[in-house]
Amino acid sequence: MLRQDFNRPEIKRRALADHRKKQFADPTYQATEYHHRLNFYATPPTADITLEQFEQWAIDRLRGRLSFRRSRFLPPLTDLQVLAELEACSFRNKSLDETASHMKPLLEKYLLLQSNTSSSSRLFDERQKDHYSHFILRLAFASTEDLRRRFSRVETMLFHLRLNEESSRERDAFIKDINLDCEQVTEDERNKYRDELAAVTGFRKGPEEETWIKVDWERVPDLVESRRVFMRAGKAYVPSKEQSSMVVAEFTKRLDRALELTARALPRLDEDDRLTPILDHLSKNFITPDASYTSSTSSVAGADISARNIDTLSAHFPLCMQNLHRSLRRDAHLKHFGRLQYTLFLKGIGLNLEECLIFWRSAFHKITDDTFNKEYRYNVRHSYGDVGGDSNRRGGGYSPFSCQKILTEHPPGPGEAHGCPYRHFSLENLTALLQGVGITDRSVLNGVKEDKESQKFHMACNRCDPYSCYIVPLLLICGNRVFEHVHKNEIKKAKEESIMTSAQLETIVHPNEYFKRSYLLKNLGKVNGDDIKMEDS
Amino acid sequence: MPHFTSPQSQESCEVSKPRSEMADAAVHTGHGQEAVDNDVDMIGTNGEEKKGVKLDDLFADINDEEWPTETQNESKPESPLSPIGNTNEISSSDPGLMRMFYQRLFPFRYLFQWLNHSPTPTNDFGHREFALTIHDNTDNEIYLRYQSYPTADLIRKDIIAKLPSRFEIGPVYTTNPRDRKTLRNQSSFKPLAKELCFDIDLTDYDGIRTCCDKANICIKCWQFITMAIKVVDTALRDDFGFKHIMWVYSGRRGAHAWVCDKKARVMDDQKRRAIAGYLEVIRGGSQSGKKVNLWRPLHPHLSRSLDILAPHFQSDVLETQDPWASSDRAEHLLSLLPDKALNESLRKKWDSSPGRASTSKWADIDALAKSGASKGLDARALLEAKQDIVLEYTYPRLDIEVSKKLNHLLKSPFVVHPGTGRVCVPIDTDKLEEFDPTNVPTVQELLREIDSWKSGDEPASNAGGKTPADWEKTSLKPYVEYFRSFVLALMRDERDPKIKREREEAEGLGF
Repeated sequence: MLRQDFNRPEIKRRALADHRKKQFADPTYQATEYHHRLNFYATPPTADITLEQFEQWAIDRLRGRLSFRRSRFLPPLTDLQVLAELEACSFRNKSLDETASHMKPLLEKYLLLQSNTSSSSRLFDERQKDHYSHFILRLAFASTEDLRRRFSRVETMLFHLRLNEESSRERDAFIKDINLDCEQVTEDERNKYRDELAAVTGFRKGPEEETWIKVDWERVPDLVESRRVFMRAGKAYVPSKEQSSMVVAEFTKRLDRALELTARALPRLDEDDRLTPILDHLSKNFITPDASYTSSTSSVAGADISARNIDTLSAHFPLCMQNLHRSLRRDAHLKHFGRLQYTLFLKGIGLNLEECLIFWRSAFHKITDDTFNKEYRYNVRHSYGDVGGDSNRRGGGYSPFSCQKILTEHPPGPGEAHGCPYRHFSLENLTALLQGVGITDRSVLNGVKEDKESQKFHMACNRCDPYSCYIVPLLLICGNRVFEHVHKNEIKKAKEESIMTSAQLETIVHPNEYFKRSYLLKNLGKVNGDDIKMEDS
Repeated sequence: MPHFTSPQSQESCEVSKPRSEMADAAVHTGHGQEAVDNDVDMIGTNGEEKKGVKLDDLFADINDEEWPTETQNESKPESPLSPIGNTNEISSSDPGLMRMFYQRLFPFRYLFQWLNHSPTPTNDFGHREFALTIHDNTDNEIYLRYQSYPTADLIRKDIIAKLPSRFEIGPVYTTNPRDRKTLRNQSSFKPLAKELCFDIDLTDYDGIRTCCDKANICIKCWQFITMAIKVVDTALRDDFGFKHIMWVYSGRRGAHAWVCDKKARVMDDQKRRAIAGYLEVIRGGSQSGKKVNLWRPLHPHLSRSLDILAPHFQSDVLETQDPWASSDRAEHLLSLLPDKALNESLRKKWDSSPGRASTSKWADIDALAKSGASKGLDARALLEAKQDIVLEYTYPRLDIEVSKKLNHLLKSPFVVHPGTGRVCVPIDTDKLEEFDPTNVPTVQELLREIDSWKSGDEPASNAGGKTPADWEKTSLKPYVEYFRSFVLALMRDERDPKIKREREEAEGLGF
C-alpha cells in the first residue's frame, strides 16, 4: 500500500509551479549559428529585428498574387513570391524537377541561400533571413488547421527542393547533424544481407559503396510501398540515395507538431497592435488558386435544368459527360463509378434530387421499379446528401468531380464508361468519339492527337505510379482545345464585347465549369449580361 | 423445443455448475498456453499454469450466468435431439438454426478476449464497431452499423436476440459508436485502431483457373489460396515482424487475414497502404495484357516469393490446372513472351500437336530457345518473362481495398456463410497444406454432431470427468482450440508489463 504514495500528486503540482515560473523567466538568448544551408527550424530565433524586416522577410517568403496592397512600410509588390508560387506549382501538378527549374529564379531573388562552399560573406544574413521568415510565417499560419496544412505542405516542398540541390557531402553532413535517431547498418549485417541489399539498389553499385541505415519501417512508408528498401523484422534498410525522402518526412513531422504547439500558444501571444495586424494580413493573402468547386457559382441562371431537358443540355457537356450520356442512352445502364461521376455532374449543373431520380429511373428503362428502388435509388440520394451519415447529409453529399479527380482516380475497368476520354481512350476510339459529337476539323483532331501522344513520354519516365498526375495539365489542354474550337466564335465575341473577363476564359479544370461556360457562351444573346458579371464579382 | 428455453428457466438447474466450469476452463487455458509456449518463445514459463488459472478466475463469475447452454447438458446427460429432424435441408440462415448455433457453438468468450486483449472489459472491445446483417419479416436485408457491446455476455445476448445471418467487425473508435450522435464535436468521432486485414478471393483467379469459376471452388483451385497464404504470411512475419497473424476461411471461396499485433492495429491509412503496395504485384484489369511488370533485379521479397511459388507453379498450376491447354489460352502465354521468332516456332509446334499439356508447352519454351529457333534471342529477357509468368499464375491476388482502410469492416471469424452454411473457421498455418475448404463443417452438420455425441466418445481429453462444452462435441473443436491458443498468445503479449509485475509480486506474497 505504501507504493500508492508514489503516485505523488505533490510532485506534479510542484512541476506545474515551476512551469508557471518559467513563463516569466528571462529567455536565455543564444547566438544562432548556421552550419548548414538547410535548416530544420528547431530553435526559434531570439535576436532582434526591425518591424520592417519582420514584414518584408515574411512577404518575401510568402508572396502576393493579388498585388500586396499593404502597408505603411513597403511599396506594393506585384511579383509572385516563393511559397505561394510553390503552392501554385503543386496545384498544377508539376513534378519536382519541373518545380525546381520553375522556382530557381524566384528563390534566387527572394530567398537566396548559398552553400558553404560559395565563400560568400552574406551567408549568415541569408540564412538568418530564411530562419526568421520561416518562424514569422509559422506564427501567421498556425491559427487554423487548413492554414497549417497548406503551410506545412509548401514548406516541405521548399525543403525538399533545397535538399535535392545540396551536394551529397553537405547533405550527409546535414543528415548526420539533425540526429534522425537511426542506426547505421553494421559491416556484419551488410555482409549477411549482401544479396538482398544489392537487389534493392540495382546492379550498378555494390552495397558496399552505399551507406545503409536501419529504421522502423513506419517512418518510411512511401519507400516501403514502392519496394525501394530492404525489409527485415519490421526494420527498413534504407540506401543513401533514398535517405532524403526520410529526412523530408521527418521535417514534415516535426513541423506539423511544432505548428500545433504554436497554435496552442497563439492566444497567449500577448501582443500589442504591432505584430498581430501584420500576421493577419499575411495569412489572409495566402490565397488558394485551387480549382475547388462551389455550387453557388456553377449553376446557370435561366436555364431549364430538368430531367427531360438533359438530352438538349448534353450538347454543352464536356466530352467525358457526353460519353457517359451516350453510353447511358445506348445501354440504358451505367456502372457504379459512371453513375457516380454523372450524377454528381448533374447535381453540379443544378438538377435537383427529384429530377435526378426521374432522370435515372427513365434512363434505366430495362429494369423494374423494384430493382431500381432496391439497387440504385439509395446511391443517387446518397450523392445528394439525402441519406447517409450525419456528415454526408450536412455536407449535402459529395462534390462533383474535378478533372483532376476524374483523370487520376479509379481508372475505368472493363465495361465502364467513366473517366476522361482524353486520358482513358485509345486514340482511335477518342477520334471516333470526337467525330461522333461533331468535331471534324482536322487541325483540332491533330492537335488532340499530339497532346495525347506527348503524354506517353511523361508516362514512361514515371517509374512507380502509372497513374501519374503529371499528364493532367496536358490533358486539360486537350480538353480546352476542343472547348475553344467548339466555342471559337462566341469566345471572340465575348472578348470583343468584354462581356467576360479573361479570367473567366482561363483553362477549365472542372467539368461543371465547362458546362457553365459553354452554356453561357452559346446563349450570349439570351442570358442577361448582368448575371454573368455578377458571377464574376 | 428444449433448445429454446430461456436462460431464466435454466438457472434453476445450474446449482452445481460453477466449480466444474471453472476447472474446465482452467484446463483449457493450460492447454492453450502449452501450445503457445512451443510456438512463441515466451519468457518466464514458471508459473504460467497458475497464471492461467487466475486469468480464468476473473471469468468465473461471469461464466455462471453467461453461458447457460454450454452446461445445459450437465443436468440432462442425454442430449435432447435436435428439434429439426434433417438439418441438412434447412437454409443456413434459418432463424432456428442460427439461434442454436449462436447459443451453443459460437465462441463468444474467445471472440471477446481476442478483440479486448485483456480478460477485463476495456475500450478495445467496448468502443469496437460491429455491423449486423439481419432480416426483417419480409426477408429484406437490413444492415445495422455502429453496434457495440461492453462485454462478452452482452454481445452474446444481443446476437442471440437479433440472430444476424452474419456480422462484421469494424474499428475501435474514440468513443462508444452508439454514442457518436451525442458528441458535441462530431469530428472527434474517429476510428483509432483495427487489425490489418487482407482478403483473397478465388474469383480474382478466374482468368487463370480452369477447374471452376465464379463462386465455385474445389481443392484444386484452393491451392491458389494456399500459396497466397504462404507468400503473404511469410512477408508479414519476416519482413514486417508481425507475430499474431490469423488466417480465416471466408466460408465460400477465399480467406481473410487478421494481423492483430498492437503495432499493426494502430497503423494509419498511409501505413496500411504502404504494406498493401509492398505486397501488390499483379495490376491491371482484364484488358491490360501483361499484368506483372517488375523491375530487375527483383526485390528480395519478390525473389523469395518466387522461390516459394515455383514448386506450386509446377504441380498446382501446370499439372493440375493445365492453363494453356486450349489454343486461345496458349495464345495468351505467347503474348507474354518477348521474342517474336521464338513465338512463331512455338505456335507451329503446338498447332501440330493439339491437346499438348501445359507442362510440355512450358518445357518447349526452353527447349526451342536452346535449339536456336530464334537468332537474336535475348536469354535474359526470356528468363525474366518466364519469371513474370510464374508470378502472374501464382502470386497472391489481394483485394487491396480491404487492407488500405482503417475503417473497413470485415466478416467476423466463426460466423456462418449464409450461402454455403460453412463456418468461417481459422486456418492453422502449420497445417496449411492439409486444409480443405470442402471439409469445413457446416452449421447443419455441427448441430447434428451435438445430437449424436455420447459422453464416452472422447475419453482422452476429458479425463477430469467434467462435461465438455457443446463445441467440444463437434468437429468445430480443433478450430476453436486453435483460436483460443491464438487469443491467449496475443493477450499475453499485450499484457501490461506493470500489471504482470504486480501480479507476480502478489503471487510471491502468497496472495
